[in-house]
Amino acid sequence: MLRLGDTSLVLGQRLGEWVGHAPALEEDLGLANLALDLIGQARLFLTYAGELEGRGRDEDALAFLRDAPEFTNLTLAEQPNGDFGHTVVRQWLIDCWQLEIYEALLASTDARLAAIAAKALKETRYHHRFSSGWLMRLGDGTDESHARVQRSLDSLWRFTSELFAPDDVDERMRAAGIAPALAEPSSRWSSRVDEDLAAATLVRPAAAPYPWHGRRGVHTEHLSHMLSEMQHLQRTYPGARW
Amino acid sequence: MYTQALDTHGKEPLPAGAGSSAALAQRFQERIDVEEKIEPKSWMPDAYRQTLIRQISQHAHSEIVGMLPEGNWITRAPTLRRKAVLIAKVQDEGGHGMYLYSAAETLGIARAEMIEQLLSGAARYSSIFNYPTLTWADVGAIGWLVDGAAIMNQIPICRCSYGPYARAMVRICKEESFHQRQGFEIMLTLAQGSAAQRAMAQDALQRWWWPSIMMFGPSDADSKHTAQSMRWKIKRFSNDELRQKFIDITVPQAQFLGLTIPDPALRWDEAAQHYLIGPIDWNEFHAVLAGHGPCNHERLEARRAAHEAGRWVREAAAAHAAKERSRQPQAA
Repeated sequence: MLRLGDTSLVLGQRLGEWVGHAPALEEDLGLANLALDLIGQARLFLTYAGELEGRGRDEDALAFLRDAPEFTNLTLAEQPNGDFGHTVVRQWLIDCWQLEIYEALLASTDARLAAIAAKALKETRYHHRFSSGWLMRLGDGTDESHARVQRSLDSLWRFTSELFAPDDVDERMRAAGIAPALAEPSSRWSSRVDEDLAAATLVRPAAAPYPWHGRRGVHTEHLSHMLSEMQHLQRTYPGARW
Repeated sequence: MYTQALDTHGKEPLPAGAGSSAALAQRFQERIDVEEKIEPKSWMPDAYRQTLIRQISQHAHSEIVGMLPEGNWITRAPTLRRKAVLIAKVQDEGGHGMYLYSAAETLGIARAEMIEQLLSGAARYSSIFNYPTLTWADVGAIGWLVDGAAIMNQIPICRCSYGPYARAMVRICKEESFHQRQGFEIMLTLAQGSAAQRAMAQDALQRWWWPSIMMFGPSDADSKHTAQSMRWKIKRFSNDELRQKFIDITVPQAQFLGLTIPDPALRWDEAAQHYLIGPIDWNEFHAVLAGHGPCNHERLEARRAAHEAGRWVREAAAAHAAKERSRQPQAA
């Protein structure tokens, strides 16, 4: 729960940085819309995670009062925005991942989790239309745009190994029927990625990605910078209501 | 969010009804007088068209530049709820910009040309967005004061004689009222919070009060185009009338919050049934409009940087669309 919420939160935070700075007004609105959906997902997941934990932590305690090693987002989500194409590639890889994960969670034995996934899935379908549409426009646009997104893809690919790598938490969840086995969504993710890349005339990187473990709290150097910005009011004025 | 001082720039409108178009001009004024809406295909005096293009495009630019001061706090909003609300608000403003560019385009100018005018500094935007957002309380103060002033200005535009502008404003005003209430709620939460939060709220009021008052534009004595704009029913109330309404509504709100308005001369005038304020610093107003405010440079640079950095993306989109078009006949 926390892992799903953290990935949405961290990615939403990154997209929030774009607002007012996008290549066109329509993209400003599009990115803000995505950010808003993702923050909304984060709130649902974190609230539920706090309730399950039973220690009285609400969405804000979880978002603003944990430090980087306690964050469990995918390292892909915390990567800097770069140019618009870089943001699109990051978004598209995560959209493809969320599509499979949410789809699989519809069958969860945890009814509330299944309900959150159902809501998030609708939003994610829209996100994927946006990101795959731009991947295609940029990949199959000009020589410059093609070269730029291929470079972004090559650089972000190294964070994809953790998308479907199961650990013991996933195993326990699967055994309880709460979360799916990851093998099937993983292969569906892979075919969707190939299909979208072909449409965008881009080449899937061959390099074997380094196994990052953001979901176990081992992050890249970017996350703590993000958190220091995101959390500064809550840290400066402990206990205040906003 | 908002527009201001729209009657202070550009050329003096030509007197209506000169030469051979006298009959058309007379018919036009008759339509205005009976509150008929002017639509894009209607005949209109060129000065009316130009005045509206200037006003609507400046209004649109204000929405776009206005995304920056508040956008500055999206990544730092103190709770997830506040963050979501702020993103939604800034997104609404982008949407308002889009409605307004569309409304201006019905008058025969392209959005690309208007954006060019903004980036080159030829077109203006509201002076208020040249002030920095230094604390979280500024986000509340902008919603409460700046959106409050905007609404005061914009409600009469819902009855503007030009149909597309009036209709855009109806939609925009609904959303703005919502933003204004959210801004006031942020101020209220701060005012009821810790001593540090109350100080933050007071400091924000200190810095945003006079700039908000200036959003209504120059005083009536210095406002050249008011008379013509009123005859054309682009404008329904004078700058000073609207400013006074805003002050009368806002002073009690500040009192409710327990905050002090930074004006030692502020007093209630029993005879006039109005709050009277001290002198406005028109030198500062004109300096900000002339490009010498605290953030004029940063705001325009941010717009230019986004435009430049996005060029390759727009070119790619155009190239891709052209490829798609050329593929279509083969597919058919």
